[in-house]
Amino acid sequence: MSKTLLEMRGITKTFPGVKALDNVNLKVREGEIHALVGENGAGKSTLMKVLSGVYPAGSYEGDIHFDGEVRRFSTISDSEHLGIIIIHQELALVPLLSIAENIFLGNEVATNGVIDWKLAFRRTQELLDKVGLREPPGTLITDIGVGKQQLVEIAKALSKKVRLLILDEPTASLNEKDSDALLKLLMEFRSQGMTSIIISHKLNEIKKVADQITILRDGGTVETLDCHHEDISEDRIIKGMVGREMEDRYPPREPKIGETLLEVKNWNVFHQHHRDRQFLHDVSFAVRAGEVVGIAGLMGAGRTETAMSLFGRSWGHKITGDVFMRGKPVDVSTIPKAIEAGLAYVTEDRKQLGLVLIDNIMHNTTLANLGGVSKATVIDNRQEAKVASGYRQKLRIRSHSIYQEAVNLSGGNQQKVVLSKWLFTNPEVLILDEPTRGIDVGAKFEIYTIINQLAAEGKGILMISSEMPELLGTCDRIYVMNEGRIVAELSKAEASQESIMRAIMRSGEKH
Amino acid sequence: MSTDTATKTTQPSVGDYLRRNIREYGLLVALVVIMIFFQVITQGVLFRPVNITNLVLQNSFIVIMALGMLLIIVAGHIDLSVGSIVAFIGAISAIMLVKWGMPAIIVVPLCIFVGALMGAAQGYWVAYQKIPSFIVTLAGMLVFRGMTYVVLGGRPVGPFPKDFQILSTGFVPDFLSLTDPATSLIKNYFALLVVILLVGYAIYAGLRERRMNALHETENEPFAFFAVQMAIISAVAIFLGFQLSTYRGLPNVLVVMGLLIALYTFVTTRTTIGRRIYAMGGNEKAAKLSGINTERLTFYTFVNMGALAALAGMIIAARLNSATPKAGVGFELDVIAACFIGGASASGGVGKITGAVIGAFIMGVMNNGMSIMGIGIDYQQLIKGLVLLAAVFFDVYNKNKG
Repeated sequence: MSKTLLEMRGITKTFPGVKALDNVNLKVREGEIHALVGENGAGKSTLMKVLSGVYPAGSYEGDIHFDGEVRRFSTISDSEHLGIIIIHQELALVPLLSIAENIFLGNEVATNGVIDWKLAFRRTQELLDKVGLREPPGTLITDIGVGKQQLVEIAKALSKKVRLLILDEPTASLNEKDSDALLKLLMEFRSQGMTSIIISHKLNEIKKVADQITILRDGGTVETLDCHHEDISEDRIIKGMVGREMEDRYPPREPKIGETLLEVKNWNVFHQHHRDRQFLHDVSFAVRAGEVVGIAGLMGAGRTETAMSLFGRSWGHKITGDVFMRGKPVDVSTIPKAIEAGLAYVTEDRKQLGLVLIDNIMHNTTLANLGGVSKATVIDNRQEAKVASGYRQKLRIRSHSIYQEAVNLSGGNQQKVVLSKWLFTNPEVLILDEPTRGIDVGAKFEIYTIINQLAAEGKGILMISSEMPELLGTCDRIYVMNEGRIVAELSKAEASQESIMRAIMRSGEKH
Repeated sequence: MSTDTATKTTQPSVGDYLRRNIREYGLLVALVVIMIFFQVITQGVLFRPVNITNLVLQNSFIVIMALGMLLIIVAGHIDLSVGSIVAFIGAISAIMLVKWGMPAIIVVPLCIFVGALMGAAQGYWVAYQKIPSFIVTLAGMLVFRGMTYVVLGGRPVGPFPKDFQILSTGFVPDFLSLTDPATSLIKNYFALLVVILLVGYAIYAGLRERRMNALHETENEPFAFFAVQMAIISAVAIFLGFQLSTYRGLPNVLVVMGLLIALYTFVTTRTTIGRRIYAMGGNEKAAKLSGINTERLTFYTFVNMGALAALAGMIIAARLNSATPKAGVGFELDVIAACFIGGASASGGVGKITGAVIGAFIMGVMNNGMSIMGIGIDYQQLIKGLVLLAAVFFDVYNKNKG
């Protein structure tokens, strides 16, 4: 149990403008379950991408030792060849192929290109027995639930003679029962001598299964805790994850809270694709002028869905409920109407949903309010340039000019361009969905400063974030969501990581 | 790279500017080179007044359709049905004019309206039912071609009345008549005057724009580029104008085409509609979440394409002086090729009207030049195909390098 299977030494990985990993060390012993924890953006996924060869040897500094030898992977298949298999959070299965086809995809049981289906099915059946999935190998992936799909992924990994299984947030989209089953399976594998790394935000699960825990923060290793030597509490892990002085990370603000701007009552939404499944249940909340309100919750709690369904019904269907701005009912059934009503929504995925990446800063800035720079549909070029330059200076967007394409900006500056776009629509309430995701600490501080400025100008801010310290550091009030419901409303004084987690856990027990 | 946000760096360096705009300058240079090449190799036939007139007449409908196709491609779609719309509109215009004896003044707008409806019929499926445009317009291509055969009963209809033919074969009369056209070299002073005035205005407007930009600290292209570009365009325009004036003057079609090019350049570069189409093609989801009604916009780009294809259909019918069921076969490919040679991106969001027009003329000059040289249609196709591939490769290569 003491032999070291994997050691990553002094790993440093830099992206343009961001140091994603800074001298990270990770040591995994053979036959253990090793947990990797840290906030979003701490560098967990980047570290695993370095390990698996997504970022090839040479694009980072440091050494990888596996099975006693230094390894230099230049592609994923190099690492897979040695039995290092990653199961990503977004499952990589082909929905319209069968379980057997998926398991042997790219690795078919074939002689001279002709697949032996009989053998493939028999092997699939053996693998499915191992992971305890009772489905015929010919079942299509699209016909089974996420929990079972996860098991198919594991079966696929087993088919490749796995020596180190890496699971990235394996239980994030699973319900409690499926999660438990998955964790039991991992423990069973451990008793058979398999080594695994599990990345998770769910500390209670980690506590249950992990032998060692490595904590990352801001791209560096904080510590590795041995769960067998001492009893590690969740608070102990959180302390390691958060660890820093909160005051330094969030600019101070004196809240001047005014009248209620946005009020949403009994918001009920059905799922976009599974149309008979109600996703949001009686969600009600309010945002006042000058107030920063947070929405906390785990992945899949319904936070983004709440924002998007509210913003011109961009998500879901059979949407019912009432929306008021300054006490008056408003129609937000289309995006132009929602903008007209004074709402703005900064999406969580700025590259896919926020920016036209191939276009320049100026064009992105004015996109949501072209009327503001045009007369009778003719754009006033100079007026547009003036507007874009104004926001570029106000939000301190680092670029060589407003004509620089958005794709060439760093994450923080891209986010500022998205913010510029929405500020130019002159909204009363801004919904910010994960506004600091994937941007470095310095740029985060600037985004918080902008949020504070906006609140000081009397705008209402609704902030969705998975980073609890961020919510605690910036919000005047926090709603906690779980499973499509608002399960708690905490004032700044009441809110803490513990109270938020408690609210989530308690609501989970109720349903 | 400067990280100082306080300093305004509005003037890009020459190298930087060239890198960003190499495609446009390259295209213009390519057109000029191709023109000179064929002028030399055909021993001056290419630029003979009558041939220039022919070039304009032969390519006008490709250019006109390329205007609409560019918007479709920028929006992230494709339209394969335009050749069939051309045939169908030719057919119904022939029925109305020749068989029913309706006046051209009514038939022309009516046909454009019908073309718009045909575009709308396809735009509906693409925009609101989210069916890929390739499939919808492939269906449209077959359906409209079939409808053409039905309407014409499989036989050509013609000839057209004179007032319809002038749409295509007419010339703007010489309002000046300074000398006797029978004896003088220049037979149409009006044409020459119009071209000179336009060139003068273009230079004046360009300079004014630069001055205003400098005043408001917005971006200007380096002066050398502006000057060289203007010089080439002016020289070519005046030369062509002079050649035309020694023949019969400005073809009506050239005037229609010129006005449409100006209109669509304005719409794409200066109006909110144009901007929204580019944004939609660049990132449809982001555009939608910015409050742009992407469905309606897509729908109207197809309506617009239908109307332009209808106009092209009438120009072709008038030129051939007969409506045939096989009119416009394969035109969609020439039109699409013109857009891609002109720098449009197959993934949407990128492309310029000027690029598509130059692309169309590159194709046109090549067609014409090779025909004069006596190169068979087989090799013409082959060469055109390679030029298309080379132009797009140039784009991809530039992009990967940048």
